[in-house]
Amino acid sequence: MNTALIREQFPILHQEINGHPLVYLDNAATSQKPLAVIEAIKHYYEYDNSNVHRGVHTLGSRATDAYEGAREKVARFLNAKRSQEIIFTRGTTTALNLVASSYGRANCQAGDEIVITPMEHHSNLIPWQQVAKATGATLKYIPLQEDGSVDLADVENTITENTKIVAIAHVSNVLGVVNPVKEIAAIAHRKGAIIVVDGAQSVPHMKVDVQDIDADFYAFSGHKMCAPTGIGALYGKKTLLENMEPIEFGGEMIDDVGLYESTWKELPWKFEGGTPIIAGAVGLGAAIDFLESIGLDAIAQHESRLVNYALGRLREVDGLKIYGPAERHVGLVTFNLDDVHPHDVATVLDSKGVAVRAGHHCCQPLMRWLKASATARASFYLYNTEADVDALVSALIQTKEYFGDAT
Amino acid sequence: MQLDDLYRRVIMDHYKNPRNRGRFEDDAVTVDLNNPTCGDRISLQLKTKDGVVEDARFTGEGCSISMSSASMMTEAVKGKTIEQALDMASRFSSLMQGEAVEFDDYEELEALSGVNKFPARIKCATLAWNALRKGIDEDK
Repeated sequence: MNTALIREQFPILHQEINGHPLVYLDNAATSQKPLAVIEAIKHYYEYDNSNVHRGVHTLGSRATDAYEGAREKVARFLNAKRSQEIIFTRGTTTALNLVASSYGRANCQAGDEIVITPMEHHSNLIPWQQVAKATGATLKYIPLQEDGSVDLADVENTITENTKIVAIAHVSNVLGVVNPVKEIAAIAHRKGAIIVVDGAQSVPHMKVDVQDIDADFYAFSGHKMCAPTGIGALYGKKTLLENMEPIEFGGEMIDDVGLYESTWKELPWKFEGGTPIIAGAVGLGAAIDFLESIGLDAIAQHESRLVNYALGRLREVDGLKIYGPAERHVGLVTFNLDDVHPHDVATVLDSKGVAVRAGHHCCQPLMRWLKASATARASFYLYNTEADVDALVSALIQTKEYFGDAT
Repeated sequence: MQLDDLYRRVIMDHYKNPRNRGRFEDDAVTVDLNNPTCGDRISLQLKTKDGVVEDARFTGEGCSISMSSASMMTEAVKGKTIEQALDMASRFSSLMQGEAVEFDDYEELEALSGVNKFPARIKCATLAWNALRKGIDEDK
């Protein structure tokens, strides 16, 4: 993989921040966009813009083809059996809320269990809290091992015959651990539950095969994988989606409307009320083409080398605590520098041009579990280099010196 | 962008040696505030009598800016009337907007003037002052 050539495709990377070259290490929050995606959106608005599924005119056909073509790309990208199983959403959060509000509320009642983990992003935690409150179902947590990983024996013990839904992140946005979702899916299915996978931090970084995992639902966002914000998708097994009610009504999801009764379109459109995010879908399609032209396996290898390099170099920094397993972080490293609050770390790093995230990362229960009020996080993507890691490490050493001197 | 604008010695001193940190053993008006985007938390306790802020204490966790601002704020308002304290809070907001404001009544606050050059950190500096406003409001 030629990182120099890849970096040329990202105009935003070529600027200075506070007098230093930008080192963008906040990719778990959102990734940057390559020219191919920017151009695809521009082309769509310059030549094809129209509403979908209704225009008899040429632009209407072009917009519809572009939108549905993007859906087919997503289906192929995730290895879904059919494109009907792909619902476009605003992102992971709306996708997970769709499953919770529709499937969750209809299929849970008092006595049932919903199983999640303490490492879930708020987007895959609060919707289930709400389902539990509304239905009387019990929310149960699979405990975490000391290093933040999940043990299959605990999964086996937590999921019971009363469990209806297991919802879990494929990759943690704080710890970087990969959860064994395929094995968890097998356990869930054996006990009669379905599995919902939050793929926000996995889809951008590794080849995901929803059939191989045997996921019932799989959610992800476009903006973390080079596509624009406001577009993402929910994969769902056809039989499940067919038996679910929409949660948004109006616009393209309508089949026939009477004064007192109405019917919905078939899959996938029954879940896509209103005018969809057409340019976003076009951008997502272009992002998939871009990532596939490089190869997801090559991206995963590059990031794995980079994270291992970062783990090694960060251990050189005195007083730096790294969260999560000793090895095997996917795409990111979360840490704290002793005595310096992560916000202060992030501000000093920014003054050196290095962009990292500081805060609770929308994972407050996990922060409590880690006994940290906040952490700093460096997250990588295909355009990051060892030089970026070196800049991070050198800025961290300067942060330590700065706060040492200032006291 | 000069880091020293943000992290002056006086700020670091209040961060490392916070004044009025702790809790009253008896009753006091208590306000708990947090900054949900970054996880800073403050619990401020106020004792007022005859329209005067007699004493103030705080506990909490957060970055150097939020905690040193809380330390300075409690020092600044002690012994002031409620009107004076609210006036300081309002001048502090102006300071965060980048306006030139004087604090003859507690000059150390001017050390926080550099925060306005770091928009992402203004919320950290104002957390304690928001708690003060809320506490005074609840005391009425």
